[in-house]
Amino acid sequence: MSEAISEAVTETVAFPQDRACPYHPPTAYAPLRDQGALARVHLYDGREVWVVTGHAEARALLTDQRLSSDRLNPDFPIPTARFAGLRDEDRKSRAMLLGVDDPEHNVQRRMLIPSFGLKRMTALRPRIQQIVDRLLDDMVAAGQPAELVSAFALPVPSMVICELLGVPYADHEFFEDASRRLLRGPTADDSRKALEDLEEYFGELITRKEAEPGDGLLDELIADRLRTGDLAHDELVGMAMILLIAGHETTANMISLGVFTLLQQPEKLAALRADPSLMPAAVEELLRYLSIADGMLRVATADIEIGGVTIEKGDGVVFSTSLVNRDETAYESPDELDWDRSARHHVAFGFGIHQCLGQNLARAELEIALHTLFDRFRGLRLAAPAEEIPFKPGDTIQGMVELPVAW
Amino acid sequence: MPTTQHISIDTERCIGSGQCALTAPKTFTQDDDGFSALLPHAEDAPADPLAREAARACPVQAITVAED
Repeated sequence: MSEAISEAVTETVAFPQDRACPYHPPTAYAPLRDQGALARVHLYDGREVWVVTGHAEARALLTDQRLSSDRLNPDFPIPTARFAGLRDEDRKSRAMLLGVDDPEHNVQRRMLIPSFGLKRMTALRPRIQQIVDRLLDDMVAAGQPAELVSAFALPVPSMVICELLGVPYADHEFFEDASRRLLRGPTADDSRKALEDLEEYFGELITRKEAEPGDGLLDELIADRLRTGDLAHDELVGMAMILLIAGHETTANMISLGVFTLLQQPEKLAALRADPSLMPAAVEELLRYLSIADGMLRVATADIEIGGVTIEKGDGVVFSTSLVNRDETAYESPDELDWDRSARHHVAFGFGIHQCLGQNLARAELEIALHTLFDRFRGLRLAAPAEEIPFKPGDTIQGMVELPVAW
Repeated sequence: MPTTQHISIDTERCIGSGQCALTAPKTFTQDDDGFSALLPHAEDAPADPLAREAARACPVQAITVAED
């Protein structure tokens, strides 16, 4: 059968789709694994885009400056209806970091790199440990069963990023709810409203901090960048929003889904409890295995030949991290959790200039949170049948909606 | 016979991911601003086989390793 005919009779797979098991790629993506390093999928609006599933090709393309992250590019792919309403240019905040290309991106990122360096993250570990210990004390005091997302998985990274940025944790119910609505609101209007609420919140917070400085990263940025004119007010609002949202939603989902996965694979958990020195490698492997940010987007600004196909200028490209991180040419038995493998080259944090700024904060939080929880609660178990515990739909960051546990 | 290696870091390109220091901690570190740096004497030391792994792990290809 010629390629033209096969294309005509073959329906492309829809992207994104829900996972059937919270820690495995959607079963509906299975055909994509057999179609080479790049395949075609269609988005919610019917548009066909490239999906990258090959590990080597993903790393090459994520470092290719001909693929743009510019969300204002009219050809930029829109994964869900809710994102369509978030793009217009008369927003009160600016798309920062993730949504811009170099050289602008490089200027913005370099303002933040010193605050997320390895030494700073190492220095933060004792404070993360304190926060984890206190939350677990509270969980014990409240009694079992507990709902682990609200009692632990969400407040750990939320408290840490608040302290780091200088955002009052007292406002956490507001910004956690607004972030949830932004990323997963039932309608486009909900997400749009959540964005406006966050813009208003950070606009006021930054204005207040200008008058009454604190000692967080936002205060440093006001003193060193806003007053000097390096950053405009709406740019700092955009930066603060992305730092806060990326700083708590992602790690919270990794904790909840990581705990669920380990409770479902007790022999892996036992090995980890028996040898805590495995924890850094285990966190790396869980990042690969769970791939919670599954669907990074780009638009081609020139023709690119790769993996036997040509991505044409204007084409949309989506990276399925869950498939890239389970490419059998890069990882042996990729569907198995294996603490002994070198998972280092996974793309769970992305790759290229946009690779996660907070990745070493996330590593520290995950190592401390998972180690302390499983070390202290030796009998930790699910307090509901696994198949009844709700998890996130495929069109947002993956993780558990709730996680009832007992011990 | 141990070879020496010449390692260069493009600090203008570095995004401070720390992959080099995590992958080859005997050769790379981060300076106080979070950018990649060579540990003292790393260039004179016998070739660190992990240095090439670190170069491969760098998300922005800021590291070049050449051996004698």
